[in-house]
Amino acid sequence: MFKTGMIATLLATAFCAAGAHAAWTPDKPVEFVVTSGAGGGTDIFTRTIQSIIVKNKLMDAPIVVVNKGGGAGSEGYVYGASEQSNPYRVTFGTNNEYLLPLVAKMGYATESFTPVAAMALDEFLIWVNAKSPYKDAKGFIEAAKKGDGLRMGGSQSKDTDQTLVSIVSDATGAKFNYIPFKSGGEAAIQLAGGHIDSNVNNPNENIGQWKANMIRPLCVFSPKRMMAGPKVTKEMSWSDIPTCKESGIPVETYQMPRTIWLAAGVSPDVVAFYSSVMDKVRQTSEWKAYIEKTSQTETFMAGEDLRKYITQDTARAYGVFKREGWLAK
Amino acid sequence: MDNFSNLLDGFSIAFSLFHLALMAVGVLLGILVGVLPGLGAPNGVSLLLPLTFTMDPVSAIILLTSMYWGALFGGSTTSILFNIPGEPSSVATTFDGYPMAQQGHATHALTLAFMSAGSGAMFGVVVITLLSGWVTEFALQFSSPEYFAVFLLTFASFIGMGSGSAWKAVVSMMLGFACATVGMDGISGNMRLTFGFSELVKGISFLVAVIGLFGLGELMQTMEEGLRFDGIHARIRIRDVFKAVASMPGHWLTLLRSAVIGCWMGITPGGPTAASFMSYGLAKRFSRNKDNFGKGEPAGVVAPETADHSAGTCAILPMLALGVPGSATAAVMMGGLMIWGLTPGPMLFIERPDFVWGTIASMYLGNVMAVVLVLATVPMFAAILRIPFSIIGPLIVVVCFIGAYTISGSRLDLWLALPFGVLGYVFKKLGYPIAPMVLAMVLGDKAEDAFRQSMMMSKGSLSIFWTNSPLVATIMVLAVLLLSWPLVSAVLKRFRKVA
Repeated sequence: MFKTGMIATLLATAFCAAGAHAAWTPDKPVEFVVTSGAGGGTDIFTRTIQSIIVKNKLMDAPIVVVNKGGGAGSEGYVYGASEQSNPYRVTFGTNNEYLLPLVAKMGYATESFTPVAAMALDEFLIWVNAKSPYKDAKGFIEAAKKGDGLRMGGSQSKDTDQTLVSIVSDATGAKFNYIPFKSGGEAAIQLAGGHIDSNVNNPNENIGQWKANMIRPLCVFSPKRMMAGPKVTKEMSWSDIPTCKESGIPVETYQMPRTIWLAAGVSPDVVAFYSSVMDKVRQTSEWKAYIEKTSQTETFMAGEDLRKYITQDTARAYGVFKREGWLAK
Repeated sequence: MDNFSNLLDGFSIAFSLFHLALMAVGVLLGILVGVLPGLGAPNGVSLLLPLTFTMDPVSAIILLTSMYWGALFGGSTTSILFNIPGEPSSVATTFDGYPMAQQGHATHALTLAFMSAGSGAMFGVVVITLLSGWVTEFALQFSSPEYFAVFLLTFASFIGMGSGSAWKAVVSMMLGFACATVGMDGISGNMRLTFGFSELVKGISFLVAVIGLFGLGELMQTMEEGLRFDGIHARIRIRDVFKAVASMPGHWLTLLRSAVIGCWMGITPGGPTAASFMSYGLAKRFSRNKDNFGKGEPAGVVAPETADHSAGTCAILPMLALGVPGSATAAVMMGGLMIWGLTPGPMLFIERPDFVWGTIASMYLGNVMAVVLVLATVPMFAAILRIPFSIIGPLIVVVCFIGAYTISGSRLDLWLALPFGVLGYVFKKLGYPIAPMVLAMVLGDKAEDAFRQSMMMSKGSLSIFWTNSPLVATIMVLAVLLLSWPLVSAVLKRFRKVA
């Protein structure tokens, strides 16, 4: 009974794909699956897109956002991949879609998804407590080379933060005692309270504390300085933060893409529909405001470009994971 | 009194017909969400979030917080009437609330719960108003060792206070810890006890355990006792509501103690769950009718409800001032804040005082409205109990299953509820308490994370729990004292006899 139903659905999908050459549009509610808990970076990313779509009426079908952030986001990916031909389930995440399966046995494979688009690149910075003696990245790295090294906090384990810390250690010889917290927000508070020496949070996770002069950025892992924007503190704006490369850390770029996925089995028409919606989203003024407010780098990758980027990003992380012995057996 | 004039400005913003209407709608929706088991406040608020995108931030937060208050109230209703807590923080309310309802005092129990919840929330708002500047400093002192100490204190306040054997409580708690380890381990990123089921990666959900332990366990017991098809013959009189309200001042000590615990746990994100369990444990320990706890003692309803709500209210403060949500629902609201274009953090109080103080003022108004509205529903809810449990029980369990499935979409969850049901039944038969197990399941992984983070900070030295700060040492001493109290008091008694 169930099987017949499935076959019927498959046939219907195939028929639609073949017969209706015209663009596919959703005619029932679409689920946006967030692979993080409420309030996390991916959550804000997804809900911002939802609010832009609703405000500008870019899609007729209603949108339901569901948070599935368990297991470092794998809960959401397992859910997103569980119906391979369902075009009504869009999954939002970061590079963890293709990095998680490398470090642990997950209930989904990287290939269970088709990439739709990457909408922004989130930056990483080195932050220290405002009362700490470290004025620049150079002094900070020198201090971390001595003795037992420094306490570094971050979000999750074997995830983007810890990977970056490992890359920096490897490139400079600095030693860090990495302590994983539940979220970047927690790592931010621990830094403001002086319980850890530093973190490598994204701009958005630390801006509140920086504004209040509780913490201080040292450098950003970006090939060029960030966009100016309005001043954050009395003295500084984002563009006043030097890049890590110019401060003497031989790590030029480390960024995290904000990504959108569909299950691998959906038809190309569906992928085309969502990527065109996202293309419209990024042209709105609300999207520009989001990018500026969260100090991310604007980008839009889809199709071949995106696949190429994913391959490169995976290869780089693979090297780090292998060195650290994190690869899943 | 800078805060006071700020608050008056806040009232002038919050007090409008539109906002009052929003509050009423929010509270009513919240009660509905809270009463439906499985939906819960965080899901309700996140469903409502898209509606607020086009609103101005003050109106938006009023709608969401009102819904939160309503859901908190609704959650206590199912705990008292059906022994099925909708949220981890209302588990402790079942201990005495349900026995009271079974004895025909449902109206009394519900009214007490709502009144103490209201008082707890009011206490919380007053604390927020007075201490908003200083609280940030206090919360910033908390790091992993302090968190672990707080969790230890919660666990300690529960051991040795049960009327049964302390060892049975320990066994039950250890089982809970074992269940809490299932899923992805946050510190190492490895999978534990998932047996290859991808649904278990996120861990065992609270809802599943509760449906099994409380709902199914209770059903099995009813079946064994022979299906009696009679409801509880309690007459529902409006007078009972007023009588219960009048008895409130008698509980002033419990109220005050629980409100203080609640505020403390809400501000340092120990959360409403730790608060309600801890204050129940302490209320029992300091009460004169110790033996009546668990059998329908009114103070056993007052304590957890007060703490739950004052913690829930105070959790809003770290969300606004630090950007750290003190509860799951606060986390959803924080997401909303960022979409409305606000940055939670210490500067929010300086940059957008209108928003912050408008929100705080609305908390006063919203809570008063919530108490009034929810009291009006008491007779209606109490009347449900006239339907025999053997009819309404299965219905509720079915609704729970549907709720659990809608939220998680995982079939394994439904199967998991069955072994928990058997466990709940066996526990009841053998006189093992269920509460320590639920407590350990809910807080176990947080306690473990905090412990292991501390160990990483200190490079493996346990002395961090004594030397890290005066704060951690104090809490640890308190916890150890509470833990060893049954032993100490036994020794003291013998010593006195000899002397």
